[in-house]
Amino acid sequence: MTVDIAARGPATVAALSGEVDLECSPAVRRALLDALRDGRPVIVDLSLVSYIDSSGIASLVEAYQAARKQGTALMLAAVSPAALRVMQLARLDRVFNIRPTVDDALAVLAQ
Amino acid sequence: MDPMPHASPEETPPRPPDPAARDAHGGEVVIRVRDLVTHYGDRQILKNVSLDVHAGEILVIMGGSGSGKSTLLNHLLGLLRPTSGVIEVLGKDINTSKESELTEIRRKFGVAFQGGALFSSMNLLENIMLPLYEHTDLDRRTMEIMARMKMEVVSLSGFDDLMPAELSGGMIKRAALARAIVMDPRILFCDEPSAGLDPVVAANIDDLILDLRDATGMSVVVVTHELESAFKIADRICVLDKGKVLTIAPVDEVRANPDQRIQNLLNRRTEEEELDPEAYLRRLTGEKEP
Repeated sequence: MTVDIAARGPATVAALSGEVDLECSPAVRRALLDALRDGRPVIVDLSLVSYIDSSGIASLVEAYQAARKQGTALMLAAVSPAALRVMQLARLDRVFNIRPTVDDALAVLAQ
Repeated sequence: MDPMPHASPEETPPRPPDPAARDAHGGEVVIRVRDLVTHYGDRQILKNVSLDVHAGEILVIMGGSGSGKSTLLNHLLGLLRPTSGVIEVLGKDINTSKESELTEIRRKFGVAFQGGALFSSMNLLENIMLPLYEHTDLDRRTMEIMARMKMEVVSLSGFDDLMPAELSGGMIKRAALARAIVMDPRILFCDEPSAGLDPVVAANIDDLILDLRDATGMSVVVVTHELESAFKIADRICVLDKGKVLTIAPVDEVRANPDQRIQNLLNRRTEEEELDPEAYLRRLTGEKEP
């Protein structure tokens, strides 16, 4: 699993890839909380995530809550159907701001 | 019999499968039991039981009292050692695996025990977080969010601080399910998940098991004597009678099976035992056998 952080337009894009599971979700949590530090909106690109478990989703929840507290946007982009089903089970699809692609998320931020 | 405790699994589609076996049709087999024989003292409880559980299926194990279904479940959980036979879970023989291998397998099981097996001194949130404490080094905040996600799934949101003694029967069953799935198990075992519940609450538990399987792709093994529940949730039913597998088949095939013992079970008829009047009289009067 890797997390690539890059500035893109007005946002920070955190691109996760591989499997996000119990072993690596603490690293994801730290990376996302760090990415929020400069106050820019964060887009979490999940297009290269082959698997994400509850610990990974919990890390996204924690980052989302941190973003809300500091008045910053955090969006999820390219959530796989499998991950979306798990989120739907816990009704998190109604909580997260989910966009189909990073470009779409950037377009929303530009509005 | 030396106790061999076990515990918890998980899966969402494109995850690389464990090196489990594959059946004749190429489907992944997550549990493989072959020629399982077990005794309690001199009494043979399971007689050459063989079965497979496939990835993503719900297998219901049914049978009357004394059929051996609870004993079979305890073997699948690694809580009992068999007299003979093989039990492979996710490709590992649980009777010959090293402790470190067993620990890995345990992380991939979830077990919802019949009575809930909640710790009375812990509140609901702590009970559900327990497997995370035991098996992970996650930050407490992450653990709490994971546990609360599962509480939302089983409709127990907001009851973090309730103690087990304050829960209804249906809540205890749902709490047991939440704890069983908190680690995203690959295999979920449920022991009588809807027994003792009113029909509406029991139906909710059935729906929950189906939703969980559909969303996560986990395999589910359910031991139950509740026919309605079995017919609703099972992909296949394994019928046990006196320690033997009578059939393992899809629901419709089990319903249509002409075997009188299966029909008796489905129609809740008890089999008339042959009566030895002499032996019966001795039992009544407490006389020893000659």
